[in-house]
Amino acid sequence: MKLHEYHAKSLLSHAGLPVPPYAVATTPAEARAQAVAFLDGGVGAVVVKAQVLVGGRGKAGGVKLAHSADEAETIAAAILGMDIKGITVRRVMVTPAATIVREMYLAAVLDRANQRILLMGAAEGGVEIETLAEEDPDAIVRVHAHPQLGLQPFQARQMAFALGLGEHLAQATAICRGLVDVMVGEDADLVEVNPLAIVREDGPDGPVERLALLDAKVTLDDSALRRHPGHEAMRDLDEEDPADTAARAAGLSFIRLDGDIGCMVNGAGLAMTTMDLVKRAGGEPANFLDIGGGARSDKVAEAMRLILSDPSVKAILVNIFGGIARGDEVARGLVEARAQQTRSVPLVVRIVGTNADLAARILHEAGGDIVTARTLDEAVERAVALAGQVAA
Amino acid sequence: MSILIDRRTRLLVQGITGREGGFHAQQMLDYGTNVVAGVTPTKGGQRALGGAVPVFDTCAQAVAATGADTSVIFVPAGAAPDAILESLEAGIGTIFCITEHIPALDMLKVVAEVEARGARLVGPNCPGATTPGQAKVGIIPGSIHRPGRVGLVSRSGTLTYEVVQAMTDAGIGQSTCVGIGGDPISGSSFVDILELFRDDPETEGLVLIGEIGGSAEEEAAAWKARHLPDVPMVAFIAGRTAPPGRRMGHAGAIISGSGGTAEAKIASLEGAGIRVADSPTQIPRLLMEAGIRPG
Repeated sequence: MKLHEYHAKSLLSHAGLPVPPYAVATTPAEARAQAVAFLDGGVGAVVVKAQVLVGGRGKAGGVKLAHSADEAETIAAAILGMDIKGITVRRVMVTPAATIVREMYLAAVLDRANQRILLMGAAEGGVEIETLAEEDPDAIVRVHAHPQLGLQPFQARQMAFALGLGEHLAQATAICRGLVDVMVGEDADLVEVNPLAIVREDGPDGPVERLALLDAKVTLDDSALRRHPGHEAMRDLDEEDPADTAARAAGLSFIRLDGDIGCMVNGAGLAMTTMDLVKRAGGEPANFLDIGGGARSDKVAEAMRLILSDPSVKAILVNIFGGIARGDEVARGLVEARAQQTRSVPLVVRIVGTNADLAARILHEAGGDIVTARTLDEAVERAVALAGQVAA
Repeated sequence: MSILIDRRTRLLVQGITGREGGFHAQQMLDYGTNVVAGVTPTKGGQRALGGAVPVFDTCAQAVAATGADTSVIFVPAGAAPDAILESLEAGIGTIFCITEHIPALDMLKVVAEVEARGARLVGPNCPGATTPGQAKVGIIPGSIHRPGRVGLVSRSGTLTYEVVQAMTDAGIGQSTCVGIGGDPISGSSFVDILELFRDDPETEGLVLIGEIGGSAEEEAAAWKARHLPDVPMVAFIAGRTAPPGRRMGHAGAIISGSGGTAEAKIASLEGAGIRVADSPTQIPRLLMEAGIRPG
């Protein structure tokens, strides 16, 4: 689960890391009041930042500097409601503009290849880390935390020195360890600070330089959500396709795509393969849908409703290789859903494996227009042909 | 010969009295697997699978009483890391974890412990393994197999069944089929399993089933080019049409940035002399073209 910047910053701030103050507004008037509070506190300018779960909001005009309350209100009015990559902006963050001396990159990520937590840093920040990894891989500093002992102080120092933060050693090592602590404490698979910055501020004895986390991105491990009851409240249902919300409630793994052939499959690998074969046969899959192992008939019926909720679906392809999943349960769910559905869409069903013979009998007895197929290739061909006929 | 499991395997089923555990333990027994014990805390002293298998409270008791050397885990995600550690402590050398949705950071610690003890873990979130005609551990349907000389390793579940069925239909038998699971942190990689196949004189050809996300397929390709340049090998990659940035069911199946795409994986595999099939049903033909005879 991806978190908004303001949620990510709240986790980092609670861990004691130097996150500059911020406020979140849902209306221009609210943003204005927050800007006034910061400006009255002696800040020269504020930044108004769109809170969306997609990247590239800066380029899309979703991050702007405001020097007055009026300006902050105008900018907030422009950003709220803005469309960024198909997402409507519903919230903005208002935060004091920092005087940046230098920007860096720092992140804790789950390193699959090495099966370790990886602390990754770059002395040059504000860049796309993927781009840097390709163009100048040596510019990225990598330190692996021990899986049982965690990140050691010497490793944090190693990272701090590599980023040229010798003058800020105490703060830099605390941030390194803090990112790993947040990752472990919250069951995240990514805790990214980009940029981590040296900022200049006015102190009682003149300007001082210190480190600040200016932007943050956190992704949580979906498998661990159940042991963090508070995390569910950070999910943004507004940014989610209602079909995704329904799928999650039903325990289905569903992703809507642009095509017109609805797919219902058991198993993620087989579901992807079914999509690939539909495309190879000249069709376009309307979704990825894995009904999981051991799916009961009610889950199958719910899956069918989800697929049909997409008006562009012209044919449905069901591909089940029974193992844990039993063919007869799936067939019963299909027949039940067929009886309830309001829209008639050609249905191609291929069920093999556990209880496939029972499934065939159930489908046959239900009669009607269900097309059955023996092989995956045959099922794909028929679904693509049927979708084509509907289109013509 | 075979890898990981055979007719001498002495199998312990953790979670044998549960719904899934009980059902699949029976299937394993019916296939001919030597299921010697089950473990469910507080149910020690009972017998499971129609009286055929004794149940113990702890793995240590089960190992002491039955000499179990391999375990398979069907307990819920919250208890599964503990179940892996318990069988390790009892001295089990090969552990299959079928359970899905285990938090990745739990697995990080468990995998390190498995390595430190020199044991082997397959999974989690995997379908297990079958050595046709000898033993099956996990949830792969037994009926799809045929004994033979091609070793198969896969990150997927039902997709594996599809491929195995296609091979069996074409008369190409399998030495052992292993599903390593689709989680980002897991006990065995493609390379770990390929190393076992390398040392099995009766495995003459290989099939690798990968999917988008991560770099395990690329690593397998590089390993094969270096260590088994002359062994016929065919691969399939699921997710050619998957959109970037979306998690396709498996926690590990996600294209991030420019990494983990099907194109990159297919290019690495082909660069290593591995034929990549466009469809699971093409795999038998590609194997035969690479010199594998039915049987």
